[in-house]
Amino acid sequence: MAQLNINGSIRDVEVEPDTPLLWVIREQVGLTGTKYGCGIAQCGACSVHINDEVQRSCSIRVADVKATDRIVTIEGLSSNGSHPVQKAWAAIDVPQCGYCQSGQIMAAAALLKRTPKPTDQDIDEAMTNICRCGTYQRIRAAVHMAASDTSRT
Amino acid sequence: MKNTLRGKAGKLSRRTFIVGSAAAAGGLALGFNLQSGFGSALAQSADDGVEVTAWVLIKPDDTCVIRVARSEMGQGTITGLAQLVAEELECDWKKVTVERVTPGQNLARKRAWGEMSTGGSRGIRTSHDHVRRGGAAARMMLLQAAAGEWKVPVGELTVADSVITHAASARSLSYGKLAAAAAKLAAPDPKTIRLKDPKDWKIAGKPVKRLDTADKLDGSKIFGVDVKLPGMLCAAIKDCPVFGGKVASYDQAKIAGRPGVQKVVKVKDSAVAVVADTWWRAKTALEALPIVWDEGPNASVSNATIAEQLKEGLTAAVTNGDRRNGDALKAIETAAKKVEAIYSTPFLAHATMEPMNTTVRISAEKAEAWVPTQNAEASLAALSEASGVPLAQCEVYRTDLGGGFGRRGGTQDFVHKAVAIAKEFPGVPIKLIWSREEDQAHDFFRPISQCRMAAGLDSDGNLIALHVRICGQSINATLNPAGIVNGKDRRQLQGLWEEPDAAQLGYTVPNLLIEYVMRNTHVPVGPWRGVNTNQNGVYMECFIDEVARAAGKDPLEFRRALMSKHPKHLAVLNAAAQKADWSRPLPSGIHRGIAQFMNQGTTTAAVAEVSVSDRGQVKVHRMVVALDCGHVVNPDQVAAQIEGTVAFGLTATLYGECRVKDGRMVDLNFDSYPIMRLAEMPKVEAVLVPSGDGWGGVGEPSISVVAPAVLNAIHAATGKPVRQLPLKNVKLV
Repeated sequence: MAQLNINGSIRDVEVEPDTPLLWVIREQVGLTGTKYGCGIAQCGACSVHINDEVQRSCSIRVADVKATDRIVTIEGLSSNGSHPVQKAWAAIDVPQCGYCQSGQIMAAAALLKRTPKPTDQDIDEAMTNICRCGTYQRIRAAVHMAASDTSRT
Repeated sequence: MKNTLRGKAGKLSRRTFIVGSAAAAGGLALGFNLQSGFGSALAQSADDGVEVTAWVLIKPDDTCVIRVARSEMGQGTITGLAQLVAEELECDWKKVTVERVTPGQNLARKRAWGEMSTGGSRGIRTSHDHVRRGGAAARMMLLQAAAGEWKVPVGELTVADSVITHAASARSLSYGKLAAAAAKLAAPDPKTIRLKDPKDWKIAGKPVKRLDTADKLDGSKIFGVDVKLPGMLCAAIKDCPVFGGKVASYDQAKIAGRPGVQKVVKVKDSAVAVVADTWWRAKTALEALPIVWDEGPNASVSNATIAEQLKEGLTAAVTNGDRRNGDALKAIETAAKKVEAIYSTPFLAHATMEPMNTTVRISAEKAEAWVPTQNAEASLAALSEASGVPLAQCEVYRTDLGGGFGRRGGTQDFVHKAVAIAKEFPGVPIKLIWSREEDQAHDFFRPISQCRMAAGLDSDGNLIALHVRICGQSINATLNPAGIVNGKDRRQLQGLWEEPDAAQLGYTVPNLLIEYVMRNTHVPVGPWRGVNTNQNGVYMECFIDEVARAAGKDPLEFRRALMSKHPKHLAVLNAAAQKADWSRPLPSGIHRGIAQFMNQGTTTAAVAEVSVSDRGQVKVHRMVVALDCGHVVNPDQVAAQIEGTVAFGLTATLYGECRVKDGRMVDLNFDSYPIMRLAEMPKVEAVLVPSGDGWGGVGEPSISVVAPAVLNAIHAATGKPVRQLPLKNVKLV
């Protein structure tokens, strides 16, 4: 039994304590926007925010998440796709297959939260998620675009 | 192999499929309207819409639902195909949505939508004609309906943005008002359909936004791994790590009582699956299950033994296909200068971000599967074959793919395995997901090969003879033995063919011998985005650079001299060179390489700008990639594919290698099978030079020039050729 704060809702889940947060989010909570890619924190498809920091949820045991930790998944990033990162992603048509993009968007949103005007080097260092379709050039452009979105709070 | 689309179910359905193919080939696809008795077939159709032709359904609010038969895996085919239909339909692009046809519907309607297979970059290049006809026929029927409504000649009507106007009487009606009447009309005689000249395109040919982006931004898109059905259970699977091995025994008592676990299932002879209420519980229980394998005869095969096997083929007497003109061997022997080199490329995994998965529900009277598939008809055939449920009672619901790259096409091993498990649970949906490790262990890998090259130059440094001998594994031998005719396997020489249409060698050499020697291992192989042009492109294009250097000539000029009879190849090479400003000096430390190749009807060329550090670290700064795909349906999406192929090709160049040890694959996750990341992505400049001649693919072709352009730039930087991949294993300085 664990209690989680996900996207502002308190959820009680019945699960073994060593279950990765990723699988609790997907299978117990039922939010499937957060993806499984590797299970070893290599690819970042499972990226979520925990207390505003991007984390790879495949490698965090649910037992290590406190009930007070604020978890945000892609579904909770904005109510209607209005986050500047989501808007920039749409404007540039970043996604190809789209499977990794939840994680990419969460990584970009966390980057902009701590570094509002990132340099290319900041982007290189922060955006380490794998995209097998190779959308990297557009991801870089979209992060810059989101950074220049004046409506960003 | 049994688990191909040529399986038993394929035989069962052969008559229907032949009938369907003939109908489609005759342009009669439009004849199958709602009125022909299949009105209820489209379960996914909007209930308030009217089908005008098989491709077009129109709602009262003027929404045009365009049906798509090909699979979307990121390549943008949904948007491109919809653009082509909409162009001829003359509809309002802002009101276009798409609907994915199921193979069951296609079968029931005598293949009204034609071939569904999505591979070989064929999505647009082999359906542009029939989808445009589908849109044009719908427009003609809507015009006819308006003419009937107003009792005026069709010739007096104009149409734009889903509105038909009769100017003389100042009347107009939108498609939504006319669809019901149009649907009652007979489809036009195919001979009367006139397609637009591409120069008049308003929707096609334009960089419109993709139609499938929104739900990829908020997590709401449902991929195969996300499918949820009432009462569903999840399965994890482990196949014998050594290909060809079997399950000897397993001790299920050891996992009895684990939470959520329902059952252990032996899958065919070689695999074990655990079924549980969640996938994580199934996976962890499977890991805890003691399994004893009978590893069979291949447990001692390794990279080293395979390399020896291939090396032997480089000088073997018997070949499995060749192309020749003149006498290359003799001409090389007597040439003023001789150049020789041996190259090699490894096995590669597809590593789709979404691991293999299939969800299956089987009851006495019906079998259903939810599959991310590149070939929905092959999935349907596999479902029927594996379940024993007749084809007409099977249905496959496609989910868009989290990457395909050739892995999710002809093999359908994921469907066969999921069905084997679901048969143990009648009426219960079973979602089988492979772990990343299982996905990497049981891929159908890009074939391994070696290549021996030899060239003869005359005293002026002209190439007078070229001998290419490729020895490696055959995709056909694994997946399509019928493709090997009289021991000859043409497919492995893709990109080096003489025939002009698909993958022609762009050089003319007076004495030419190109040979393939088949040496198969126990590792299953399959098409990997770009298929054999990736390896063959490295061999040909890196060696041409070596020969140019031996001749003391500029690599670009040396190529041009060989390409006068291949103007399409040459035009693309020139376009890349011009954009990259080939003759302009570069900043100190940066070096250029160039390559050109053809695949899937598209000629491509690339110029790479690369630096190599004192420690041998490679950095690719810029890639200029030119491409002639004949007609460009969406320039922004063609550019996106070019960008993607650069990343895909660079990953293979820098890192890609699947090693074999003790008969099994050893690189099972992204820690030892790295994928290139954003920081390593060069600036990519796509140069589109459509000739208007034919229709080529764009999802794959340009991968073939990425590695050789980069390797040739490294050669320029270090003075030493690179003859093996990946670069991580090569000491450059």
